[in-house]
Amino acid sequence: MGRGGSARRPADARELPAELRLRLRVNGVMLELWLDPRVTLLDALRERLGLTGTKKGCDQGACGACTVLADGRRVLSCLMLAVTCEGRDIITIEGLDDEGGMHPLQRAFVACDAFQCGFCTPGQILSAVALLAEGRAGSDAEIREFMSGNICRCGAYPNIVAAIREVARDPGRASV
Amino acid sequence: MHPFEYIRPSDVRHAVTAAADPGAAFLAGGTTQVDLMKDGVLGPRVLIDITRLPLRGVALVGGVIRVGALTTMEELAADPVVADRLTVVRESLLQAASPQLRNMATVGGNLLQRTRCRYYRDLSCACNKRSPGSGCEALDGQHPMHAILGTSEHCIATHASDLAVALVALDAVVRIQGVAGERAVPLTGFYRTPGEDPSVENVLEPGELITSVEIPLLPEEARSRYLKVRDRASYEFALASVAVALVTADGVTRDARVALGGLATVPWRSRAAEEVLRGVPVTPDTCIAAAEAALSGAVPHPGNAYKMELGKRAVARALSMVAGGSG
Repeated sequence: MGRGGSARRPADARELPAELRLRLRVNGVMLELWLDPRVTLLDALRERLGLTGTKKGCDQGACGACTVLADGRRVLSCLMLAVTCEGRDIITIEGLDDEGGMHPLQRAFVACDAFQCGFCTPGQILSAVALLAEGRAGSDAEIREFMSGNICRCGAYPNIVAAIREVARDPGRASV
Repeated sequence: MHPFEYIRPSDVRHAVTAAADPGAAFLAGGTTQVDLMKDGVLGPRVLIDITRLPLRGVALVGGVIRVGALTTMEELAADPVVADRLTVVRESLLQAASPQLRNMATVGGNLLQRTRCRYYRDLSCACNKRSPGSGCEALDGQHPMHAILGTSEHCIATHASDLAVALVALDAVVRIQGVAGERAVPLTGFYRTPGEDPSVENVLEPGELITSVEIPLLPEEARSRYLKVRDRASYEFALASVAVALVTADGVTRDARVALGGLATVPWRSRAAEEVLRGVPVTPDTCIAAAEAALSGAVPHPGNAYKMELGKRAVARALSMVAGGSG
């Protein structure tokens, strides 16, 4: 039976579970980490890889702030144990840049004033990237329904819908 | 989170063998399991990651749709045969959770998801489901989301699944693998109402694994819908939900399926409502009679008594939606 990869025991804490080796691709870069199996993908990204663009909101799968793309699909990194991501391809907000420039959705969020405090914004944008790929931007109502997993406490929803609508209609023009 | 040993078996046989350990738990999509492990509600000693097992995919075999247990909710909703022939299943999926969660959560895990009862999820509270014999704080506490059907004096927690409501209406069958072999259980006989021991939620024996779900297709002429009533327009659990499928001929209902969610401790098939509908036309009067039958025997508590009327109206509305041709 396959264990979850190689294991090594932390030298300083005998009561802790053995660390497991994890190999995954993050924003196009293949990485190897040794992790306690209890560490979520969210915490691995933020605390081990320094990718703090992915936000910890509720940490219980309710708010969407931790949304990332895994193998192209939007998921909640707070409810994924990092060790289960062996071999997967993860994209965070830091990996979204388009040859050094901002992604069209990032530009549209700025142009449409689609945030106030900005805490939910990385998750909103990753979710919107997936929404466009899923073809779910047919109407404002459809955008709202398929963005419902991303909560914005500032209530910037109308402008978030506007930003997504703009990119859906004209992917090239989102630089306004 | 309690420490655990993480293992990732490569085939079903190894998975169920490892699960014979009474402290073991399976991990699939993780949307319930990881959440409850973080809160300390669940604390397996061994966590068996089954996500790489070959139990994913949807296939039409004869008149039955066979769904691998690790198929995600999103994948099942997107299946063309489901979209074409099983409207009630597709609607139950797309009205559940959020796109992110539907990309993670599996069909097998969906059927086994734990209740949203806040007392179950709060370790400082008594809960017969989490800690048998400790009591039920929901009975005298806040229980607007709680059940009025299938309850006992030990538990009134609702089953939270939407998909399971559609599947009990369609006579789906769950295939289960254990160390001793495979068995098939109709979903209508899979769940256990709380009774004396709310910690027993279904007929699974320790270590058994759901490997697939088989959904018989409805007749071509059948119409079906899923109606979900909730506190906000999207991304919320049901206060009341209704799965309906009708086969009509010459203005008369030949076959009717009615199941309720959000109202009961288990996904609730209402054969009493179906009896009322069979052999008569769908009219406002027969809709109301079926709704009354569906809620018969319900036991309200002060904080959820509103569900008596809400449940009846939801049943009547779902029936009229289907009969009105919007299925």
